[in-house]
Amino acid sequence: MLRTIRIATVALFASLLAVGAAARDREVTIGLQAAITSIDPHYHNLSPNNGMLQQIFEPLIRRDENMKLVPCLATSWKALDDLTWEFKLRKGVHFHDGSPFTAEDVAFTLKRVPNVPNSPSSFATFTKPIVDVKIVDPYTIIFKTATPHVLLPSDMAAVLIVSKKNGENATTEDYNSGKAAIGTGPYKFKEYVPNQRVVLTANYGYWGGEEPWDKVTFKILSNPAARVAALLSGDVQMIENVPTADLAQVKKDKRFHVVDKVSNRVIYVHMLQENDKCPPGVTDKSGNPLPHNPFRDPRVRKALSIAINRDAIDQRLMEGQAVPAGQLLPDFFFGTSKKLKPAKYDPEGAKKLLAEAGYPNGFALTIYGPSNRYINDEKIAQAIAQFYSRIGIDAKVQTFPSSVYFTRATKLEFGYMLLGWGTESGEQGSSLRSLLATHDPAKGMGVTNRARYSNPKLDQLIEQAMETIDDKKREALIQEAAELAMGDTALIPIHYEVSNWATAAGYRYTPRTDQYTLAMDLRPAH
Amino acid sequence: MAAYALRRLGQGVFVLALMSLLVFVGVYAIGNPIELLVNPEADDAERLRAAHALGLDKPLLVQYGLFLLHAAKGDLGRSFVYNIPAIQLILQRLPATLELALASTVIAILIGIPLGLVAGLKPDSWIGRSIMAGSIMGFSLPTFWVGLVLIMVFSVHLGWLPPNGRGQTVSLLGVPVSFLTLDGLRHLAMPAVNLALLQLSLLVRLTRAGTREAILQDYVKFARAKGIPMRRVVGVHVLKNILIPIVTVTGLELGSVIAFAIVTESIFAWPGTGKLLIDSINQLDRPVIVAYLLVIVTIFVVINFVVDLLYSLLDPRVRLGSAPAC
Repeated sequence: MLRTIRIATVALFASLLAVGAAARDREVTIGLQAAITSIDPHYHNLSPNNGMLQQIFEPLIRRDENMKLVPCLATSWKALDDLTWEFKLRKGVHFHDGSPFTAEDVAFTLKRVPNVPNSPSSFATFTKPIVDVKIVDPYTIIFKTATPHVLLPSDMAAVLIVSKKNGENATTEDYNSGKAAIGTGPYKFKEYVPNQRVVLTANYGYWGGEEPWDKVTFKILSNPAARVAALLSGDVQMIENVPTADLAQVKKDKRFHVVDKVSNRVIYVHMLQENDKCPPGVTDKSGNPLPHNPFRDPRVRKALSIAINRDAIDQRLMEGQAVPAGQLLPDFFFGTSKKLKPAKYDPEGAKKLLAEAGYPNGFALTIYGPSNRYINDEKIAQAIAQFYSRIGIDAKVQTFPSSVYFTRATKLEFGYMLLGWGTESGEQGSSLRSLLATHDPAKGMGVTNRARYSNPKLDQLIEQAMETIDDKKREALIQEAAELAMGDTALIPIHYEVSNWATAAGYRYTPRTDQYTLAMDLRPAH
Repeated sequence: MAAYALRRLGQGVFVLALMSLLVFVGVYAIGNPIELLVNPEADDAERLRAAHALGLDKPLLVQYGLFLLHAAKGDLGRSFVYNIPAIQLILQRLPATLELALASTVIAILIGIPLGLVAGLKPDSWIGRSIMAGSIMGFSLPTFWVGLVLIMVFSVHLGWLPPNGRGQTVSLLGVPVSFLTLDGLRHLAMPAVNLALLQLSLLVRLTRAGTREAILQDYVKFARAKGIPMRRVVGVHVLKNILIPIVTVTGLELGSVIAFAIVTESIFAWPGTGKLLIDSINQLDRPVIVAYLLVIVTIFVVINFVVDLLYSLLDPRVRLGSAPAC
């Protein structure tokens, strides 16, 4: 009897182990941090969706791992004049159902994008400038814009092409169920369970060559500790965003391989300067409002910038997962200026500047920040408060969950606020336009300018850049604008976030600056 | 009895209406969903379009009125984030949560009551003392920490159990359940134990206290004097008399385990409703929050009703409907 039980127990454990080790060679499972909200590529303009869906659908122009534009479904593109763009399409590309890809599909996609019902964040932003589409032949298409639109190629990298045959009258549900989820990408849609997993299978007839994986499963593991545990136990072969607390341990472990790359997200501080009224959270040291708004004085803004020891934040607090910032994008991006370096830490200089500006004894300041949005956001705010106490400013920190924080920040209820910005276009012109151009949302200028910073010279440079189709001339204008804005400390850039990925030792991931986690960039290590 | 049930139903509907109003006002006070949903580069036209598409451009009271109107027809709205009917999103996940909650309750009962009896019968023995010490641990160790330790031991070091997710499911009367497959059980084991820990400790303490009190009662002494074996005295006389507080607590705990298994669900990536609720609150996905809380309130009302029925079965002196309902 005892023997039978013992044998049965051994057999049970053996079978448990066998199931556990069933990860087959050409199948891979990846742990993601954020949920995918839809398989409809035109429903929700959200970074995790945009990354996931790039594997099933493709844009005319793709971004490589450095966000440089490279041909994809379009082999070449050029501006015929300031208002006309011609795209040559790739021949011999087929959708997953075998139907050929032609200009009709591109025209259909552009028609569908603004008309997705209930879309919480539409892609129409990218297609709106196009007022007319002309199909010249099945592999040539011409877009007309009403005004010169320099970001057109960049916008086309955000619009994924769907098939006309399967997409006509297709609803978001039809994409989620897989019925309409038919693209040209290297992977085919297999299964989507909201907030749980997405399963893809290889598209063997892919025009760009076959992928090394037959089946890729993306699991949503939003809890960072659970994500790391899934990797350590071999349940998944790759995870994104290893939390800074676990990074050293995973890096040391020979069974895993960690890669990282600086991202397009800058963490920065906006200082409200709409008018001369003392902004919320700023008082003198006994709690009374100041007679003027100190943030309107560029000397105060500069003092607040050079009082921050960026190296200390990035080395100690961020465990190296951040790079000190001197502008809005790392300097390999389009429109960045090599002249702009991170502000040097200089508490004495900061004190002098404050004295010159009429605050020899400093003032009291509340630093507002989100508590769960950016890597270590709360700790960054606390570190800044400590640096400020060294130049005689009584700083305290108040943080809110992002659901509360961003609503209040947009209502201008904060004076000094910690924020982040990811530049999806990959060129600095668009971030300057959104964050620092004079607030005029009807024109799309300064839409996220929560500081209400306003500088006519800067506006003029940005507007001029946005109408200059020639890349070289435009880049020079954007650089000039960036130098002007940063010279005036229009905002305080703190650092660029570094994103990381950890894989099992048998795999290699090519890290991306847009923070996407793509099966196409995962390869077996040889 | 019928009048009693009807009155309980009336109370339930009132609670549901009050709940939905609170959530509407609450979410409105927290923030604007458009801020979180719309891409930050979007211009004014796009913001207005999104607000209009989601019905957020209307005054709050009009939004609430529309919600009540649709709710009366059985439509609780569509998730802002997923564009899927909120109730569908919840019902898809409810079986997973119910299964986890029931499994942990069963574990707590099967282990907790016997341990409590032992501790109550032999309070000064080493076994009684170690059970009590163990129950203190069960109370005081935080759930997330125990969950992580379980994962570290059984998944990472020993490699016996999968660290996350729900295993293979089979359909039982149309409901997907995982406890009937080996893979499902392996996935269920750790989260269920983790969730059961608190309940289990609670049951141990309750049973012990009840037993110690009952064992001194005259009817126990009398039964023993009559020569009834100890096993029967404990199993029938003592247990039956101490069961009422245990049933109440188990019922209430079952409700809260269903509603708030959030920590366990997020650590084990269990695809239940708790995780859905947290994500929805973070994204201010109001239709899902409202629908979720309505479902949970309904479950609580039903559980309390069932607990009341159980009382009357356990204790014939309890007559439903005779006492004013509280």
